[in-house]
Amino acid sequence: MTVSHMSTSKLTAASLHRRHAVEKRFRAYGVVAIVTALVFLIILLSSMLSKGYSAFFQAQIRLPVFFSQDVIDPKRTNSSEIIARANYQILVRNALKARFPDVKKRREVKKLTMLISRGARRHLRAMVAHEPSLIGTTQEVWLLASGDADMFLKGAIPRDIPEKSRRINDRQIAWLNALEEDGASRRRFNVNFFTAGDSREAEQAGIWGAIVGSALTLIVTLILSFPVSVTAAVYLEELSTKNWWTDFLEVNINNMAAVPSIIYGLFGLAIFLNVMHLPRSAPVVGGIVLALMTFPTIIIATRASLKAVPPSIREAARGLGASPAQVVLHHVLPLAMPGIFTGTIIGMSRALGESAPLLMIGMVAFIVDIPQGLFDPASVLPVQIYLWADSPERAFVEKTAAATLVLMVFLVVMNATAVVLRRKFEKRW
Amino acid sequence: MGKQETNVVDVRTPRVSIAIPQGEKGDNGQAGAAKEKPLKMRTQGVNVFYGDNQALSEIDLDIRENEVTALIGPSGCGKSTYLRCLNRMNDTIEGCQVEGTVTLDGENIYDRTVDVVHLRARIGMVFQKPNPFPKSIYDNVAYGPRIHGLVSSQDALNEIVMTSLTKAGLLDEVRNRLHEPGTGLSGGQQQRLCIARAIAVNPEVILMDEPCSALDPIATARIEELIDELRKNYTIIIVTHNMQQAARVSQRTAFFHLGVLVEFGDTERVFTSPRDERTQGYITGRFG
Repeated sequence: MTVSHMSTSKLTAASLHRRHAVEKRFRAYGVVAIVTALVFLIILLSSMLSKGYSAFFQAQIRLPVFFSQDVIDPKRTNSSEIIARANYQILVRNALKARFPDVKKRREVKKLTMLISRGARRHLRAMVAHEPSLIGTTQEVWLLASGDADMFLKGAIPRDIPEKSRRINDRQIAWLNALEEDGASRRRFNVNFFTAGDSREAEQAGIWGAIVGSALTLIVTLILSFPVSVTAAVYLEELSTKNWWTDFLEVNINNMAAVPSIIYGLFGLAIFLNVMHLPRSAPVVGGIVLALMTFPTIIIATRASLKAVPPSIREAARGLGASPAQVVLHHVLPLAMPGIFTGTIIGMSRALGESAPLLMIGMVAFIVDIPQGLFDPASVLPVQIYLWADSPERAFVEKTAAATLVLMVFLVVMNATAVVLRRKFEKRW
Repeated sequence: MGKQETNVVDVRTPRVSIAIPQGEKGDNGQAGAAKEKPLKMRTQGVNVFYGDNQALSEIDLDIRENEVTALIGPSGCGKSTYLRCLNRMNDTIEGCQVEGTVTLDGENIYDRTVDVVHLRARIGMVFQKPNPFPKSIYDNVAYGPRIHGLVSSQDALNEIVMTSLTKAGLLDEVRNRLHEPGTGLSGGQQQRLCIARAIAVNPEVILMDEPCSALDPIATARIEELIDELRKNYTIIIVTHNMQQAARVSQRTAFFHLGVLVEFGDTERVFTSPRDERTQGYITGRFG
């Protein structure tokens, strides 16, 4: 009783001020950290949006196309094979020449035809195949503008750049302006971007191939990694007795989580391609490699959520005579599910965003076709972004940003699903 | 721990109450050798080690059928450890090693041929903290019969659930909400639900590890009544910190101290004329 209550109270009061200050600073640090993170996120998103939104629109040019019998089917065979093989590029060229009759020189004509996408002939061919009675008639057709014309019409090519440094020259600008004045150019939502595979021509390139490739790859990843990781985690956490062997495993699993992803790619290349001779660039191999990479994430998340299940539940079940498997399957695992789902989806979204290991197993190849199965050559979204970012044309810059936006939408959806699942399955006791 | 200490304090003040049940007990269970009930469980030379620490040494104890045996003693004396030896709950604790024999109806439960799952169907357990599964009340009670395959039809299962809830004195309170979560009940109701869950398997022995330590006095009183009721059909072994409780509900009392069984005998005798100084000291509140 040497320290009186008075002095205790005084001392406390004195330290109180300091403690409040610490408290305030502590909160402030947190707010600053959050704001910093948010600012960077906003900068990233807005730069992607401002660069990428224009890729969701595509310029088209209207031309009166004469479906000349002499070009399409000179011998009047009406054979669909002949019609399919005809040179529709001539129709495009003729239509342009008819629109700008004063263009005569070969080089000028070539420049003129460069305004229209090389995909236009496919469009015309499809029209004729679908409706052969078009042969011999003249139709107003909206054709895809070429990548450079598209960029100019969207205003992405400033006119004050010297002509030599532009991908589009003064004559071409004059033609495009003339078309614009006629109301013969328009911008439409770029459906093609979401339905087409990759292409060398920016205006024809789409991300559907990459989306399908990503989906197929992730399906393989999920099917392999979820059951294996959850079983491994359950074994380590619930069934095994702790000894040097499980410690060894634990260290190795944590180590696996820290291994750079490119190493997994090299491993996949060495084992799956070179030894097992699985197909190159195939989603099945990509999926296996990403599954290896995802194991530790799911195992660690699963173990953490198994640990969080109160031991009293295990005791209750055990006390009733439940066997170890019943304890786990009936009680522990269902209660741990929300955490396991969250961990899995986080692992999956990491796998979705991964490109490095896939480069090693050839998923970086230029692939135009939409993959039809697990063994078809395919690319994935992040690799597609990487490929487009590497392309010099201005039109691919906006594609890169747009594909990034699409990837981010998928990531947001996946992570939101994780939150929703967690809420839905969470049980309180 | 704080809670348990208060229980001990409770005992110190109304010393008289320890004497109260003695009159009632006189006619049943306090018999001499002639009226002794048949032996249900017997432990001989039980030693338990946690790693290098010996938690229990040389415990010899006989449990008789349809009696309540109370295990009392200060914290850390090994009474819970002993209880958990009786249905091999210690098996899952790492580094825990049990020596000696524990028999149930003459059969050593630590024998290689004994299946723990089967053993625990015969020896049920109620824990210190009510631990209903986060499932419906019905499913909590039905869980045991389901996993042991005790019933073949839904009707039979309903029957078991209803009887168990009735026996646990809970049915009237939950009749209209059988399919609501068991975790939504009050603490006392949850504990009775856990008792119902244990008796749904129709065990022969029920182990109770301080079943009332997390409950208020009214809920405690209900559980105690229940224990007395259940004694007719089951053999009950209860660990308690509350000496009044031991005196009220049990026919026999074992006093543990520092891992040793100090004294074991008829509850009345242990509480009125303890033979050992330590027992005397503990029940009169000199330590513990």
